[in-house]
Amino acid sequence: MRKNRKQGNGWLRLPFWLTYVFLYVPIAVVVLMSFNRNKSPYAWGGFSLRWYGQLLENEKIREGLINTLIVAFGSTVLSTVLGTLLAVGLARYNKSRMLDALSTMPALLPDLVLAIGLLIFYAAVKMTLGLHSVLIAHTVFGMAFVTAVVRARLNHADTSMEEASRDLGATPVTTFMRITLPTLAPGILAGALLAFTLSIDEFVIAFFTAAPTQPTLPIVIYSMVRFGVTPEINALATLLLAVSFTVVIAAQRMTKLTEALS
Amino acid sequence: MGPGFGFLIVFLAVPLALVLSYTVFRRGRFGGVVYEATGENFTRLIDPLYLDVVIGSVKLATITTLLALLLAYPTAYMIARLPAKWKVIALVAVVLPFWTNFLIRTYAWIVLLNSEGLVNSGLDALGLGKIELLYSDGAIVAGLLYAYLPLMILPLYSAIERLDPQLREASANLGARPIRTFWSVTLPLSLPGVLTGCVFVFVPSLGNFVIPELLGGGRRIMVGNLIRDQFLKARDWPFGSVLALSVIGVLVLLLFAQAWASRRVGRDA
Repeated sequence: MRKNRKQGNGWLRLPFWLTYVFLYVPIAVVVLMSFNRNKSPYAWGGFSLRWYGQLLENEKIREGLINTLIVAFGSTVLSTVLGTLLAVGLARYNKSRMLDALSTMPALLPDLVLAIGLLIFYAAVKMTLGLHSVLIAHTVFGMAFVTAVVRARLNHADTSMEEASRDLGATPVTTFMRITLPTLAPGILAGALLAFTLSIDEFVIAFFTAAPTQPTLPIVIYSMVRFGVTPEINALATLLLAVSFTVVIAAQRMTKLTEALS
Repeated sequence: MGPGFGFLIVFLAVPLALVLSYTVFRRGRFGGVVYEATGENFTRLIDPLYLDVVIGSVKLATITTLLALLLAYPTAYMIARLPAKWKVIALVAVVLPFWTNFLIRTYAWIVLLNSEGLVNSGLDALGLGKIELLYSDGAIVAGLLYAYLPLMILPLYSAIERLDPQLREASANLGARPIRTFWSVTLPLSLPGVLTGCVFVFVPSLGNFVIPELLGGGRRIMVGNLIRDQFLKARDWPFGSVLALSVIGVLVLLLFAQAWASRRVGRDA
């Protein structure tokens, strides 16, 4: 009986492996091509790091990278602080479904809609575009994820410690700093990492809200990719893949570690 | 809560309200609007020129969603059956590509499908000759599928994972063949997950403008391209707002369907 059922599911292996082949072959090809000595990107000419060297000398990419890092750090700090406050407020003091919906909306809304909304808004208040306008836009976006992750952690947290702290005469601020915040730390950290990676990779909203003179890295990549395949982009792609993979796996490990410690 | 909430009101609620209000005004000459009410922006939606774009986009987004479902369901089903340790690895492997830069993932398909690329070299080696793969509807679907497949697998996985294995066993014990058990037990109970996945794939596929441009070579214009062009090229913000509003409309409609399905399953189970 049991054996029978196992055999019955055997054909499921095909789409299962197909999914993983589909997900990883394109990435693998790009990585392989980035180490190709040949100028023509399609014939193997031996192992070489020359495209990585050229990449480092690319002024536009360096500028884009600096802009992206400024935006990502700024929006991560802002969205982590604001998102955590909002999550605690929503979970502890307010049961309004309206606020709930508002806090998750940026995660659900197509990025293009948020992008044009902010473009219209910036134009309406006559704000000039620059890195600050992208930073604000990414904060709106990142906050939704920080709020969601921190709330998930709050829902599992025990409230008796907070009550005990209050009963012993601690002010709400002291209780928040010494009890609530430490319990939430793993969630806040995970949320911050999420916001940071999202901001680094985000293209659509940045495309609409950045000033043409201060493009972020994805905008620079977009303008390069439009003109086709170059070995330099293969090298850049490989570096970005390495960064994303490291961050995701580190986040996975870290949340496990901090959860084990707390 | 105050500062976070205030921030969302100013930078989320107000901008969305502005998009909504712009749908009923006349376009300004250099973007923006003239505050004169009009219904014109909505009637333009059924202009054959734009209707074609809408129908074409819905077609490609639907094909993408169905292919994603076909590939993701068995994958999610298999993952849910894996031993705990392998389960985590399989899930991380699904999520990893999703956390890498979206432009890079699209670019990878240019490398693959290019006339000198891997797929064509393979075809050539087999003596089948080269075919133009890039800059076609097929390339757009491949790119969209690649971009959003993980978003189909994850909700399906969590829906299938939550199913009580006893229900399947009961069905088998009552003499149902595996196929019958799938259609009458597993699939209906995982329907909320199916619909969530469909929302996550269909809606962003409609609104994507990068993939049609990079992989479709601009031959196929999708709703996303149309919206982008209204804001950055044609400077017709009111019509762009109407288009954005219709994408939100589709999203809301699908979310209602999803909520309905979850309620039904909740009651039945």
